[in-house]
Amino acid sequence: MLDKSIKDTYELVIGLEVHAQLLTKSKMYTSDSTEYGNLPNTHISVITLGHPGTLPKVNKRAVEYAVKMGIACNSEITRRNIFARKNYFYPDLPKGYQITQDKGPICVGGVVPITLPDGTEKEVALTRIHMEEDAGKSMHLAGEVDTLVDFNRAGVPLIEIVSEPDMRSSEEAYAYLVEIKKLVRYLDICDGNMEEGSLRCDANISVRKRGESAYGKKVEVKNMNSFRNVARAIEHEFERQVLLAEAGVEIVSETRTFDATTGTTASMRTKEDLNDYRYFPEPDLSPVVISEEWLQSVRESMPPLPRFLYQKFMQTYQLPAYDAGVLTESKEIALYFEALCTHTQAYKGASNMVMGPVKSYLNELTLSIADFPIPVENLAKLVDLADTGKVSASVATQRLFPTMLARPEVDPLALAQELNLIQESDTASILPIVEEVVAAFPDKVAAYKGGKKGLLGMFMGEVMKRSKGKADPKVATQLLTEQLEK
Amino acid sequence: MERLLQEDAIIIGRLNCDEFGMGSSNENSVHGKVLNAADESRVPGGSSGGSAVAVQANLCTVSLGTDTGGSVRQPAAFTGIVGIKPTYSRVSRWGLIAYASSFDTIGIFSREVSDNALVMEIIAGHDKQDSTASRKMVPAYSTLLHFEKRARVAYLKESIDSPALQPEIKENTLQVLEKLKAEGHTVEEVQFPLLKYVLPTYYILTTAEASSNLSRFDGVKYGYRSPHAHNLESMYKLTRSEGFGEEVKRRIMLGTFVLSASYYDAYFTKAQKVRKLIRDFTEDLLNKYDYIVLPTTPSTAFKFGEHSGDPVAMYLEDLFTVPASVSGVPAISIPNGKDAQGLPIGLQIMANAFKEAELYAFAAYVLKLNP
Amino acid sequence: MKIDNSTIQKLAHLSRLEFDAQGVEKMKADLSQILDWMEQLNEVDTEGVEPLTTMSTEVNVLREDVLGEHLPHEDGLKNAPQRDSDYFRVPKVLE
Repeated sequence: MLDKSIKDTYELVIGLEVHAQLLTKSKMYTSDSTEYGNLPNTHISVITLGHPGTLPKVNKRAVEYAVKMGIACNSEITRRNIFARKNYFYPDLPKGYQITQDKGPICVGGVVPITLPDGTEKEVALTRIHMEEDAGKSMHLAGEVDTLVDFNRAGVPLIEIVSEPDMRSSEEAYAYLVEIKKLVRYLDICDGNMEEGSLRCDANISVRKRGESAYGKKVEVKNMNSFRNVARAIEHEFERQVLLAEAGVEIVSETRTFDATTGTTASMRTKEDLNDYRYFPEPDLSPVVISEEWLQSVRESMPPLPRFLYQKFMQTYQLPAYDAGVLTESKEIALYFEALCTHTQAYKGASNMVMGPVKSYLNELTLSIADFPIPVENLAKLVDLADTGKVSASVATQRLFPTMLARPEVDPLALAQELNLIQESDTASILPIVEEVVAAFPDKVAAYKGGKKGLLGMFMGEVMKRSKGKADPKVATQLLTEQLEK
Repeated sequence: MERLLQEDAIIIGRLNCDEFGMGSSNENSVHGKVLNAADESRVPGGSSGGSAVAVQANLCTVSLGTDTGGSVRQPAAFTGIVGIKPTYSRVSRWGLIAYASSFDTIGIFSREVSDNALVMEIIAGHDKQDSTASRKMVPAYSTLLHFEKRARVAYLKESIDSPALQPEIKENTLQVLEKLKAEGHTVEEVQFPLLKYVLPTYYILTTAEASSNLSRFDGVKYGYRSPHAHNLESMYKLTRSEGFGEEVKRRIMLGTFVLSASYYDAYFTKAQKVRKLIRDFTEDLLNKYDYIVLPTTPSTAFKFGEHSGDPVAMYLEDLFTVPASVSGVPAISIPNGKDAQGLPIGLQIMANAFKEAELYAFAAYVLKLNP
Repeated sequence: MKIDNSTIQKLAHLSRLEFDAQGVEKMKADLSQILDWMEQLNEVDTEGVEPLTTMSTEVNVLREDVLGEHLPHEDGLKNAPQRDSDYFRVPKVLE
């Protein structure tokens, strides 16, 4: 294990390359289906298989999705786009080249804002975003003497998002991936699911002594299939590289693969490292020119972005950062919350309602907010009911809310009255009960005055019992405390 | 093909050619050499030699070929028939086995210009499967063959003065120019200093594109796979080495070299820049003049095996045809007499991009003037 | 441009070709000759000239995102040199 004091003298430098599979119906350059999970070699065409004489044709929606991501990240959108061939041999690459973008990516630069667990905010700069096609799947199975190849995935549209080496810790890398996932889901351009492969990440990791401006030799790490594994791989690489540096051993710039079982990386040194991709402009595709009108129409179709809503929720709705963060995790929840707030001004109450019972309900039944049964106006009324003290918060969430799920059309006030749950907030009616309780337990009152403040709970219980649960706990507490302190 | 079939064309068959379109002699074929009907000890030209001979020997009225650097025009010249390379992107490349994607053009062989124009009318035009195919309207070429104006004709000094040019071809070419002058057309000599650079530009770019286009022939999805392979790498190497002929392998190696990281700028980018210069020069010239006239080939049909040992000598045969390929403009070869050994000579006419109608009309006119 | 054996090996590997000793010699000679001939391009002044990256006169030739005709599973596999009922098969990479 590496001594922390030694590790602290080094700076970890991380850049991430993320591939996101786009949610188009058809592939990047052909019209076969991108649908996941079908029988092998059923979503293919002569173009996908690279038959001689076949030619590609660009999917317009894929271009728009790439532009959307660029706009969301504040990148510069390249107006005249050409494609390039990346040449190499592998069984799942049917043409022997991938059609991608080399010079002149569709998005240049950009920024992804991230929030760390401790609340710190940072900006990670992007180098570029470009469009390309996915390869098929090669399966190397233990019992088989052959490699099996399935071309269903070959040609599915991808965007590759390349960050600058701006991240300095595995937490930052994790936060970056969380933000990317949020962004692509807000934009409805990608599922953002690493476990299923719709989001993939390669990490470029190097170390240098703190204070040095020159970068160390960078090592590429592949084969991490979850955000957590990306963080683990980075941690491991950090230690491995620092140990080498301390021992005076030169760090080799290479590609390494991550092993999730051991949490370590191993060299992938194969002849492929010597690969020269011989990029050149793709002669079979005409340039794609993004006009001002087209760009404007894409801008107009953009949804509100997470960072924007996050700021808005804090400023306009006066919510704490935590609430704003939770509510903007998904676009659907954020938009639902906004809709809720057009019917009530009890924003914090609304936030608690959505973060609490609403989300629990959705999670339990794995539903999306679109399937949430209670109409937004009724939920707003419930929020107001609790906010004005007509029912206690716990009654609202534990009694009324569940009933409203079963009877979504019911008016919460009517329901509360029906169930006799309206609480008594009138001081004039609670005070006698409080006085009664205080008078009934003189020895406990003495103990309370003597220091046993915990007895307040017992007194509250009595008050609630005698008021048949209707006393407003806030008012009751206040009156009780006053009486007890007398 | 689909368009021709829709117009009730009768398709007789498929013809021999140089492997993957690489070659100027139709000697590079696994199906054997194609023989020139004018003299069977000589090549018909290539790569579309089979298509040319089929028309030459009257086995069919018209045939199709691919002209990437002259592979339709040169065999047309060697066999004494008409062969056209239209503007790049005038005819869809869908279904055409790719050699050099930014040069490949489908061309037509015929004995009569009118037959050629009719077929072009049918096969040219937009195709939604080819992203580079031109969406420009296709004129009814076969109805536009009447030529009546005064033409402005340029001829390239460097082509006429070329030391490689067979004297009889020079003679016949100058004769046509004289006849045109006599008819009152403007005929002027122009200089094309970039002419000698057209061939290296062509070969750098086409071998690069070809080296990539042929990567798909890997024994995985279709075609030949070597029976001797024991692992993936040997499967690739044996399959491709056994499956490709010598010329193809040579061009793949060359293309791989010019695209490789250390040499990309020196060769490939340089060639792309020179291509721009050549294209701009040609377009300018064809704006000032209606047509450029030059020989189709430096020599008449050579004997089998004459160039097989020397690749550069073989490439030099394309000297006069590649300018149109590099610039993308249309060019047609029409018969222009025979040499002392009775071998056909070709005359080449170039027009500006998408001016096939003017080209056909003038070609028909010149043939009438110079039967 | 003098081409040496290691360049031939690299190029051959990149293009997945292989040559016997004689083939290597011929390829060296051919490539050297051809590349020498190609070097005359250096005589052309291309200062400030943009490389020509496309010969197409069209832009924005795009496809709407709709499904087209698929190749039936059997047809797709039909020409495969080696296959089973579901997959294309190739020899494994040797470690």
